[in-house]
Amino acid sequence: MVKAILARLQQKHRTMKYPDGAPPPLPDRFRGRPLIDAAKCSGGCRACADACPTGALSPQDPSRIDLGKCLFCTDCANACPKQAITYSGNYQLAARNRADLIVPRERESLEVKGAALDARLRKIFGRSLKFRQVSAGGCNACEADSNVLGTVGWDLGRFGIQFVASPRHADGLWVTGPVSQNMALALKKTYDAVSDPRIVIAVGSCAVSGGPYLGHAAVHNGADAVVPVDLYVPGCPPHPLSILDGLLRLIGRIEDGKR
Amino acid sequence: MNDSRPELATLANGQAIKRSEIPVFGPEVFGHAILDGVAARQRVSALFGAASPVPGAVRLYAVLADDEQNQLFAAATDIAGGEFASLTPRCPQVHLFEREIAEQFGLRPVGHPWFKPVRYCRSWTGRDAWSRPADQPILPAVGDFYRVDGEQVHEVAVGPVHAGVIEPGHFRFQCHGEQVFHLEIALGFQHRGVEEALVGGPDARTIHFSETLAGDSTVAHATTYSQVTEALAGCQTSARAQAIRGIALELERLANHIGDLGALAGDVGYLPTASFCGRIRGDFLNMTALLCGSRFGRGLIRPGGIGFEMDAERIAELGRRLDAGEKDAAVAINLLWHTQSVMARFEDVGPLPRNIASELGIVGPAARASGLERDIRRDQPSGIFCFSHIPISTCDTGDVFARAYMRWLDIQQSVGFIRDQLKALPSGASRVPVKAIAPDSFAVALNEGWRGEVCHVALTDAQGRFARYKVVDPSFHNWPGLAYALRNQEISDFPICNKSFNLSYCGHDL
Repeated sequence: MVKAILARLQQKHRTMKYPDGAPPPLPDRFRGRPLIDAAKCSGGCRACADACPTGALSPQDPSRIDLGKCLFCTDCANACPKQAITYSGNYQLAARNRADLIVPRERESLEVKGAALDARLRKIFGRSLKFRQVSAGGCNACEADSNVLGTVGWDLGRFGIQFVASPRHADGLWVTGPVSQNMALALKKTYDAVSDPRIVIAVGSCAVSGGPYLGHAAVHNGADAVVPVDLYVPGCPPHPLSILDGLLRLIGRIEDGKR
Repeated sequence: MNDSRPELATLANGQAIKRSEIPVFGPEVFGHAILDGVAARQRVSALFGAASPVPGAVRLYAVLADDEQNQLFAAATDIAGGEFASLTPRCPQVHLFEREIAEQFGLRPVGHPWFKPVRYCRSWTGRDAWSRPADQPILPAVGDFYRVDGEQVHEVAVGPVHAGVIEPGHFRFQCHGEQVFHLEIALGFQHRGVEEALVGGPDARTIHFSETLAGDSTVAHATTYSQVTEALAGCQTSARAQAIRGIALELERLANHIGDLGALAGDVGYLPTASFCGRIRGDFLNMTALLCGSRFGRGLIRPGGIGFEMDAERIAELGRRLDAGEKDAAVAINLLWHTQSVMARFEDVGPLPRNIASELGIVGPAARASGLERDIRRDQPSGIFCFSHIPISTCDTGDVFARAYMRWLDIQQSVGFIRDQLKALPSGASRVPVKAIAPDSFAVALNEGWRGEVCHVALTDAQGRFARYKVVDPSFHNWPGLAYALRNQEISDFPICNKSFNLSYCGHDL
């Protein structure tokens, strides 16, 4: 007992101040929103699109990037002969609509307007939102960084958000993975077991678009192939801060456009 | 048939040979070569099917690891006619490999004692080993399960969707009251078609498949893939890149072991360590992010070396964080061993005896917890581990305590290793160009991931593309160990037994 108390003193209070204070520092090599510098990119070259593993940079429409497909890897940046591609530190990546993730390549901030649930749902979920997590082909990176939000550092419980053991206890689903064929039925059944009104969040490139598994016969290219999705959080895996930011905007805890 | 011992091809970890150097035996000689090897204390690292030049046949390849001689052996055989004699009754460690061959190629292992699918998917050849109709879907975990009948015997089914934030799988317990007579584990829910997609590579996605084969083992799988590619391309990476790969591999081990010890504490209701370790795990993930921006090491390991350079300031910062993390981890984890209520729940629960662990081919800390001295970093070293040795510790009780304590011993060794590397990081290029990979070749690479042996085997075609790429995650070896450890245990002890192994579902399901 004495040892446990001494350990408690040694470990200190560690819950972050965010969102009331500054967000936790991100590593200097953190890869947020990819940006293409138009002044450096002369066009006519397809090196970045050819290097992209998932087609996030479309050769058909080089003016846009699909953040839902982006793995936030360095393949395009390394392939660019002009070093025109960089990554910003912007972790605010989540969007309500899949189409909003297909963004002009040079705009720094994502359109986050309309991120919050409508007033009726906010009244219901704004102060208590319980999720059943379903991994449907997830590689355990998105799962691990979802779990992290429940630890003392992030303390998701502060916002009334919590993982629960059964869909019967839940207000929504938290889906990771591209939705393997072998999990599609289980995901649908879990969704059906959650009572209305309910929401679904898709966490990670796989759950948003299929990620690296996009187009495989064994997967469904993301959660919205099986269940309707209310929030998309890109990233491979998303940083916990990206997930938390998306959730807090969803429940109206932080306002549109604010960091 | 020749009475003398068949001559297998020999190779080292991270070496490529011509496919023509691999002897093709008759099925019987091939089977005996495996049985003789295992009798001589070798392990089956991989056993898999591939296309055969013989029309209508499937070529099986075996990779045996001789840990005492630091040597790998390879052999092949052609199976025509849709079936082969199962080795499982005499060599239990091949039982999942044989089921996998049946599922992928439609070959029936005759005499297999528990002949079921592995991942519940269609075969690659159009031939189905179970004669399932092609117009009906294959449903995961649907089929017969081992069943105990009798008064008061009941069955408990759990999953695929579990109560925690965890990957899906199905567990079927045969219980008598609280006591578990038998646990059968049915997986395949996570199958994403990775091995099929690797054929024809390497291409733009290959490295990303290797990074997400098991996302908590990104560094281990990406390093193994890179070493296979480098072996095939005849590429020599710098000592610096190898050292940084080693640092990343140990950081991955630290984060996962610390997280698991916290989760084990949580499963027995000891909240101090559970809370502390959950956070400290994040500190170690952030050390990996310091190297490459990703908490899971995405983008760090690339064929030819590493994707990110280490500068002096970063080395100093990593050293500072390592010191702080080590202290926090030691305080949090040592509480476990000094708390009687924790030890009472850990000790004598879920024992996996040494002989069973050996028969099942268990790897990694689970094997060392059962007294088997197995560690690829020592037995089949590659990269930095050829020069910088990590001492092996074992435990002989094989219970939850042993598997937990092995993690703590691993943690201390890994911290020491990283500190040594940071003190004297060799110079050299972070990444060297990788030429085209050699045609008609065969390469094997092994690494000790935090769960144990990660094995990749590549076969290239005449054009220098992957004709077959075999991935064996340590979980593929170890899931049967968990099933065995549950025998005669209380069903309420399943969570701690499960967490003490903490196996990968997607690494198994691929």
